[in-house]
Amino acid sequence: MSTSVRTAPSSVPAKVPAAAHTSTGRLGWLVLPALIIFVAFAVVPLIGVFVLSFTSWDGIGAISFTGLTSWTAVLTDPGLPHALWVTFLVIVLSWIAQTPLSILLGVFISGHQKYRALLAVLFFLPLLLSAAAVSIAYKALLDPNFGLGPGLNLGFLTQDWLGRPALAMGVVIFIIAWQWIPFHSLIYQGAIRQIPVSMYEASQLDGAGRVRQFFSITLPQLKNTMITSSTLMIVGSLTTFDLIFVLTQGGPNDATRVLALDMYLTGFRANQMGLASAIAVILVVVGLILAQLLQRIGGKDRNSQLEGA
Amino acid sequence: MDQNRTSRRSFLALAGATPLVATVLASCGGSNGPGQASSDEASNWILTGQPKEGIRQGAVDDWNEAHSDQKIVTSAFQNDAYKAKIKTAIGAGQAPTIIFGWGGGTLRNYAESGLVDDLTPWLQENPEVKERLFDAAFAAGTVEDKVYGLPTETVQPLVLFYNKKLFEQVGAQPPATWDELMALVPVFNAAGIAPISLGGQSRWTNMMWLELLFDRIGGPELFESIYNGTPAWTDPAAIDALTKVQDLVKADGFIKGFASITADSNADQALLYTDKAAMMLHGTWTYGGMKTDGGDFVSSGNLGYMNFPAVTGGKGDPMNTFGNPAQYVSISSKATQAQKDIALAFFKDGLLQEKEAEAYINEAGEVPIVKGIDAKFAGLEDEEWLKFTYDLATNAPSFAQSWDQALSPTEAETLLDNIEKLFGLAITPQQFAENMNAAIGS
Repeated sequence: MSTSVRTAPSSVPAKVPAAAHTSTGRLGWLVLPALIIFVAFAVVPLIGVFVLSFTSWDGIGAISFTGLTSWTAVLTDPGLPHALWVTFLVIVLSWIAQTPLSILLGVFISGHQKYRALLAVLFFLPLLLSAAAVSIAYKALLDPNFGLGPGLNLGFLTQDWLGRPALAMGVVIFIIAWQWIPFHSLIYQGAIRQIPVSMYEASQLDGAGRVRQFFSITLPQLKNTMITSSTLMIVGSLTTFDLIFVLTQGGPNDATRVLALDMYLTGFRANQMGLASAIAVILVVVGLILAQLLQRIGGKDRNSQLEGA
Repeated sequence: MDQNRTSRRSFLALAGATPLVATVLASCGGSNGPGQASSDEASNWILTGQPKEGIRQGAVDDWNEAHSDQKIVTSAFQNDAYKAKIKTAIGAGQAPTIIFGWGGGTLRNYAESGLVDDLTPWLQENPEVKERLFDAAFAAGTVEDKVYGLPTETVQPLVLFYNKKLFEQVGAQPPATWDELMALVPVFNAAGIAPISLGGQSRWTNMMWLELLFDRIGGPELFESIYNGTPAWTDPAAIDALTKVQDLVKADGFIKGFASITADSNADQALLYTDKAAMMLHGTWTYGGMKTDGGDFVSSGNLGYMNFPAVTGGKGDPMNTFGNPAQYVSISSKATQAQKDIALAFFKDGLLQEKEAEAYINEAGEVPIVKGIDAKFAGLEDEEWLKFTYDLATNAPSFAQSWDQALSPTEAETLLDNIEKLFGLAITPQQFAENMNAAIGS
């Protein structure tokens, strides 16, 4: 990591005086605290999990090395492609549900209309609640016998929400969106505020309406923000665990058994730490591939899109 | 520029991976905090849920008051959360001094890894401890002739509860046989009442139906042979039981939406006492909850109870039952000698003493595993119920332990997983049997 800091000045525009190069070079130690924590809490456990994936361990007894047994078991288990598919569904559906709404809400709360600040605070509330609390509350609301629907005698709300595969998946996507849209709106709000007003003024002179402005100025200017927000969304969805664990435990019939949950249930319910570690390694690899992919999409055009830059 | 970009990119990628690892980490560690007693105090984890939580806490409080130099520190956990937490804590060497459990396969696991102490020598020194408890309660706490779990608390057979008011409303009698039960399903459905309440998301709730059907059709020896490693899940009697359960699901015997109801929230009991469902198969531990939460449902005599109906032509004795022969307390082998001494002294003079035993009878309506306890039932509000439970537990030719407790945790998880799918009609009885045969010995 420290090398990257030392070479960093090369990317700084040439107008920075040469003396600055040497002085920033000595700041390499700044990265140390983060690096130490990262190695201790991310790299070391990662190596541990990798080693465990070649063992067979019930979590309490002795650990015995069994070579590729865990890997063969995981890779031949029909549960793995299913969990991967469910995870993929959660990622894609979450992205589709969250991105347009976040952008629209972001546009709204970046404006200057009446009550905007009040509404922005209200929109922000779900983000302040813990996923476990949110799940428990929704579970109570969606209960087919004692929930909101039967309580208010609303037929369409009285469904077996968490008991039917397609409905349960829909509920999971909805709650994830409900909780995380405020966060992404906030990111978009910040980005939209950075778009120079002069661009809108110029387009107005050319006769562009609001909708045209949104599609021709706002959206293109948000490209980098969209990549950041999408990366957070996708990696977040990939590791969604707490919400589903409390809400459905992966059911009904494994319809919401995402990879992270599969890992937990295999390790801590079925006491098969070797298998769970192999699943964890797969999860890490998938995460790395996705993050790299997104970086590559965004990496082609790294320059600021701001006017004059 | 290029080098900078690459390193920044890989850093971001690594940063992206951090939450994954954090999840793994978070699930591995963390048994600190409450329940960590200092080395001269013993720790004890108890289960939540009134009225029994208060009774358990009361026994410890009384002990602490009388023994200020031998303190016990408690922490309370919800049932399902406790099962996950205790496993992790033991694996991480952070177990409480007193390990509460249900015996069976999990205890066997601990014993084989040397994580709990053998209590046999202590019991030989203190024969009076063993003599006052039900003899039958010791089996599930014993591994290879050594007692690792001291039985305590109450005996909890499974009972078919029913709502008398709803039975009167449709003019029906409680089912004496499986066929009668099946015949009741359309009757209740036609009246707009769910025939059977079930907290299906908890999975072990569904399992209770299978346990008793296996017993009634194939006799107790059917599951015993599976427990001993015979792939008997495909036995015709087993397939018959699995098919019967699916028939009941298909006939809408269980309440609509049972797959999203959990037992931990007691919603299944609520369905029975709010007149939404007519029957419920559950352990005797639900009686206290229904009495506390159900208004006058229990006190006005609306709660009916009976043993599981017979299956015509089945091999099992209709007097047989399933459930928890007792709960068990073990001593962590990782505890200090001082902590172990406190725990053993508590087992001898503080646990399940007269006051605690009577509290189980009076407040929870459960039968403690103390010999001669039935002498105390006379004149009590719940006398009839207590006598029923006592007779059911003591007269049963076979009182088998719940499957998920008897089997190893790995096999139990496969079982519960497949049971959920069986009740969700996602797999056929044949597929269920094959999946389970493949998991034997795992």
